Amino acid sequence: MSASPNHPIGKSVPRKEGRKKVTGQALYVDDISFAEMIYGVTVRSSVPRGRITNISFAGDTPWDEFTIVTAKDIRDIGGENYVALILNDQPYLADEVVNHAEEAIVLLAHPNKYLLEEARRNVRIEYEELPAILTLEDSVDKKEIIWGEDNVFKTFLVDKGNVDEAWTNADLIVEGEYFTGAQEQLYIENNGVIAIANEHDGVTVWGSMQCPYYVHKALIKLFALPEDKVRVIQTETGGGFGGKEEYPSIIAGHAALLSLKCGKPVKIIYDRAEDMVATTKRHPSRTRHKTAVTKDGKLVAMDIEFVIDGGAYCTLSPVVLSRGTIHAAGPYFSPNVRIRSSAVATNIPPHGAFRGFGAPQGIFALERHLDKVAKAVGLTPDEFRRRNFIQQGETTATSQIIREKVDMAGLLDRAFELTGYHEKRQRFAKENEQSRVKKGIGFATFMHGAGFTGSGEVYLASVVGAEATSEGRVKILAASTEIGQGTNTIFAQIASEALGVDSDLIEVAQPDTANVPNSGPTVASRTCMVVGKLVESAVLALKQTLVGSGLLREDYSQSEFQEACRTHIEKFGPLKTFSTYQAPPNIHWNDEKYQGDAYGAYAWAVYVAEVSVDSLTYEAQVEDFVALQEVGRVINPVLATGQIEGGVAQGIGFTLFENVVWQNGRMANNQMTNYIMPTPADIPPIRVYFEENPYAYGPGGAKGIGELPMDGPAPAILNAIENATGVSFDHVPLMPEAIMENLTNVLHGITL
Amino acid sequence: MGKQKAHIQFVLNGETAEVAFAPHKTLLEVLREDLGLMGTKHGCELGECGTCTVLVNGRSILSCLMLGLDAEGQDVKSIEGMANGSQLHPLQETFADTGAAQCGYCSPGFLLVAEELLKKNPNPNRETIKEALSGNLCRCTGYIKIYEAVELAAARMRGEEMELPRASVYGLE
Repeated sequence: MSASPNHPIGKSVPRKEGRKKVTGQALYVDDISFAEMIYGVTVRSSVPRGRITNISFAGDTPWDEFTIVTAKDIRDIGGENYVALILNDQPYLADEVVNHAEEAIVLLAHPNKYLLEEARRNVRIEYEELPAILTLEDSVDKKEIIWGEDNVFKTFLVDKGNVDEAWTNADLIVEGEYFTGAQEQLYIENNGVIAIANEHDGVTVWGSMQCPYYVHKALIKLFALPEDKVRVIQTETGGGFGGKEEYPSIIAGHAALLSLKCGKPVKIIYDRAEDMVATTKRHPSRTRHKTAVTKDGKLVAMDIEFVIDGGAYCTLSPVVLSRGTIHAAGPYFSPNVRIRSSAVATNIPPHGAFRGFGAPQGIFALERHLDKVAKAVGLTPDEFRRRNFIQQGETTATSQIIREKVDMAGLLDRAFELTGYHEKRQRFAKENEQSRVKKGIGFATFMHGAGFTGSGEVYLASVVGAEATSEGRVKILAASTEIGQGTNTIFAQIASEALGVDSDLIEVAQPDTANVPNSGPTVASRTCMVVGKLVESAVLALKQTLVGSGLLREDYSQSEFQEACRTHIEKFGPLKTFSTYQAPPNIHWNDEKYQGDAYGAYAWAVYVAEVSVDSLTYEAQVEDFVALQEVGRVINPVLATGQIEGGVAQGIGFTLFENVVWQNGRMANNQMTNYIMPTPADIPPIRVYFEENPYAYGPGGAKGIGELPMDGPAPAILNAIENATGVSFDHVPLMPEAIMENLTNVLHGITL
Repeated sequence: MGKQKAHIQFVLNGETAEVAFAPHKTLLEVLREDLGLMGTKHGCELGECGTCTVLVNGRSILSCLMLGLDAEGQDVKSIEGMANGSQLHPLQETFADTGAAQCGYCSPGFLLVAEELLKKNPNPNRETIKEALSGNLCRCTGYIKIYEAVELAAARMRGEEMELPRASVYGLE
């Protein structure tokens, strides 16, 4: 260890790019311009499914001034007209057929934004409409086959023990069905990209994005270019939440196609309405549970059927389904578990990544269902869970042995203490008899795996670099993006801790595929735990090189370290070290059987919500929220708390406010005035608590936290609403209309 | 589309400014496209999110809903005018250091609304802060850290010591 007593891990080191952001100096993509730059727009389909019969360019638009791109242009340049991701079924531009409303068909570019908008309206596209599938139910029922042979993108089967034989050993079998709706990510900065493309230099794009190498991979195929002729640069990004995981590949391709054709830089920035109507949302879901228990409340078997609506193309649905499937059985031990899951096609815009990535849907269903099972077996929700919490050494649904210390019962005790749960449960029951406003308290207990599922991290084989600079600083080279969650800051803290130098001495390179290695996508709660660990090992390798070359003693001061960097560069040239992902020992995963160590580590959590439901206005409100979690080591308390608070707020939106209204396969309420995300007035106190149980293979002991807070709010709030009203709701978002419909009967004794 | 440009004079971030622009442009577009001030952001262009907030004569307004023409003779302050040279406004310091800015895209709008609030009410309680900020949307923070940053800056501006929120001091020796 170095002589410098510098241990920033666990401290609230200020956000690295914070000053730029509060002075207006941070440059987001729309803040950047190039000489000669012109603008691009997208002309989209107005029908959910059909054959394109004619495209005409009408009106008094001076069409000869416009750059126009259609699918034919992709053929002409010898490119592949698909967005390279998993199944490559989604075209960049619809060719002959459209499979969802708002699918891109024609691209236009012009120097004048206002003329461009008029021109967009003057493109006439005629269709021969085809029958469309607009709901998950219709897709499952195969009312029409719209994708492949059976409308199914992907299925999984998790099978532990023998569920079919277990029913006979049960004292009680409880069934339930649960639904979750679509949810818009609603980052405040809309999607946008600038592209410069020409035959000589290839394609360069700047944009708001989470995953520069996803865009890189997609553009290589679209333009049939070698890797070094495509360059992707992430600009300051105003939030992502999954919404900028896969979609930027499409906008980048569109902008680059226009740029290649017109020979000028092209900027495409979506406005709010376009971003909401055309880009991805959280997958709607349906979960069916059939649960066998003994009369003393021990789980005997869990049979779970989990279906998500993937929209018109496969995109990331198989991966979302995977995470949702694995999380569907929660932090409980059951000897027999069967999870059958599928992602199905509908003719609506493809659903995609959104914080939690399938897990919030399955966890909502499970945590609602377990309250139902507890009631049926005559136990309180907490006592029932206590009898079934997974213990160290027991196995999850995928037969993963939990090797780490886990104490869900202890977390539950502490969460109840923090909220006065038992006292409130009793008091509310009494007070509610007399009062118009019914109060309730409920909770959810859950776990969330960090990093890619199963063998995912091994396949990714992420790389991080560390580069010494001639000023004696260290630059971290990674494609992991700062999107508000604190990547820059925690990478600097991790490197600083490992090297024993000030975190100010650590720079984090702008993600640019020409300069940084592929450290994998910025998703799946993996940036801190997985990529952070690579940052640690890359800088340690750099230190080792300096020590090995005799320029640095093992025990050094900061100035000696800086001097050694300078001397090394003078003597031997640039100094860069790289670290490649290696799986921790004892991680085994069987992709065919879907069995084994699904995740290297889990965060464990108990969330408690207190609600009030007005029996006159049918308004439900969250009054207090406690989020308690064990996340390994907390690297930066302010950033970590901010992640939890923000995730809980999104979770409250998912539960009570954010209702996507579909009309003929199209989002009808694509504005912030009629799609309501929580405002300052809607958010209760959110009290965040951490327990720390350092994870041996995370940097400084850290695990992942980004997605975790999205899992708990929906079931905790609906469990609390049941406690308040006596009515069990099985779907989110839960709007006042649904509360009214169900509550009038119960509270006023009206039978319809 | 008329080619005639409008021409106005006004006070921008404490200095006299003159600018010519297409007369249909909003103040937001004039600031960004004709004056090159990129700190004021587009969020929704419909007055729904508060992201484009600037101060006009000390009052917060949505620059996406105000015509550039209407700025004639007014005193306009954007995020670029909030710091005093290299000296950050206390709100900018607390926003940067205590987690109120995450992705940072909504921060300019929140900062200016908070500045307006503290000028009117140097000692607002949590409810007053919530109400003042309720026209601005943030998707990252859940707002809690924004309230804390406003409270901390207000205390500092009053010359008072204030204990940092629990999370902010967590882990410090």
